[in-house]
Amino acid sequence: MRGEKLVKERFYTMVNPLTYVGTRALNLFQLAGELLQLFVNTLYRCKHAFRNLDKIFHFMVKMGVNTLPIATFTSLFVGMVMVLQTGYTLEKFGMAESLGAIVPIAMARELGPVLTALLLAGRIGAAITAEIGTMNVSEEVAALKTLNIDPVRYLSMPRFLACLCMLPVLVIYADAIGILGGASVAAAYFHIPVKVYFDRMAESLEVLDIIKGLVKAAIFGATIAIVGCHYGLKADGGAAGVGEATTKSVVCSFVSIYILNYFITRLWL
Amino acid sequence: MAVNGVEIDIQKLNKSFNRLQVLKDLDLKIRKGETTVIIGGSGTGKSVLLKHIIGLIKPDSGKILIHGIDITTKDESELGEIRSRFAMVFQSAALLNSLTVAENVGLGLKEQHRLSKKQIDETVMEKLTLVKMEQKHNSMPEELSGGMKKRVAIARALAMNPEVVLYDEPTAGLDPIMAGNIDELIMELKEKFKMTSVVVTHDMESAFFIGDHICMLYQGRIIEEGDPESFRHSKNDIVTQFITRHRNVKVGGT
Repeated sequence: MRGEKLVKERFYTMVNPLTYVGTRALNLFQLAGELLQLFVNTLYRCKHAFRNLDKIFHFMVKMGVNTLPIATFTSLFVGMVMVLQTGYTLEKFGMAESLGAIVPIAMARELGPVLTALLLAGRIGAAITAEIGTMNVSEEVAALKTLNIDPVRYLSMPRFLACLCMLPVLVIYADAIGILGGASVAAAYFHIPVKVYFDRMAESLEVLDIIKGLVKAAIFGATIAIVGCHYGLKADGGAAGVGEATTKSVVCSFVSIYILNYFITRLWL
Repeated sequence: MAVNGVEIDIQKLNKSFNRLQVLKDLDLKIRKGETTVIIGGSGTGKSVLLKHIIGLIKPDSGKILIHGIDITTKDESELGEIRSRFAMVFQSAALLNSLTVAENVGLGLKEQHRLSKKQIDETVMEKLTLVKMEQKHNSMPEELSGGMKKRVAIARALAMNPEVVLYDEPTAGLDPIMAGNIDELIMELKEKFKMTSVVVTHDMESAFFIGDHICMLYQGRIIEEGDPESFRHSKNDIVTQFITRHRNVKVGGT
């Protein structure tokens, strides 16, 4: 019954491009609205945060500690490869010393927050959707409601706050590792003394650059949690449904991070 | 039994999913202190009906009056007070897999933030003893058998001290002995606490054993209701087929 209807719907949307575009656009607006609604609802439930500190800390530890190794690895290698890539060009102009200015600024403003956010979306965002989605399809979310427990307060709020707080912390860490990675390659391949590298960094990198990166990270963290919870709470149709929801959640997080990143940078650079 | 007041009054309830009408103008009265059993084939909307009663699903039209208050017009935040008088035991038990048995049972109380940890622990052990699961309070749900999970789910429902407990297929998927145990537990709760129960099942043996009042749901409405004895002697073909598993059974005939 449902399958037949779906096939029919697909057929109609395929023959009529206008319908297709229209439906997709409507779905997109609906998604944006639902995400915003969940965000506001979760924000409102944050008044219960103090009673749930144990749960929030539990998630913070889980998210932070579990993501730390891969975050280290990523930012270390990104920092190193960035020095290699820019170093060769800069060397031609005899400006290899300014690596100390380029790498830290790029890490603090852009690469640190965005790369770590993408990692967190892949790791934690997917895990949030899979966990809540499984709870949803096995009626655990309905059971929570019958126990008079609001799923947004119980499931969404602690994850939201944990992501919001933990991503900036991870970013500080990632920034430092990336900058150090850059310094090591700069010293090894371009013979720039570590002291010169850090002197250049001190001259050019401002505290505001780092803060801007961290604010970005907090916004990305919030987005990942909300998107993850949204798709989890909407998951239906058994294991396959949870799988589909998880994929959609990661894609949606990625796209949201790219878009938000552009507009935050645009408005507030 | 007829002197008991009406606890839940369902009037002209309609619900469709994707143009498939599941409930059609369904009327049903559930009386206080009785065990009402709703029987019917798979996919006839028994679980859907239960979920309407506790407000998990909103109907397309119709009323569900609980002590005279229509819950279909209430939103999530207003439902809280009414829900606190109800508890539901899900078909799949629906225990939270990340919590231990004791944490599952105490979850509702813990989230209310009204009782101290010690008081909650006491209630949890009391309810677990009632369902004979006190030994397993530290186990995770995945370590339990189907019957044990159902018992824990019943303990979790009871922990909130509800007036009405809704059971969704409490004996489905259990061996006859375990199913019998669950039936006895439901009977015990009725006798001890004068609890109102609504049980959805297609296990006829269980229905006749625990039911004070049996209703048959067929094609979205109640086609027959009455006490177990009148049900056994029903003239309705659909009912007899459901009870005896066969069409037109003639006793002693071929």
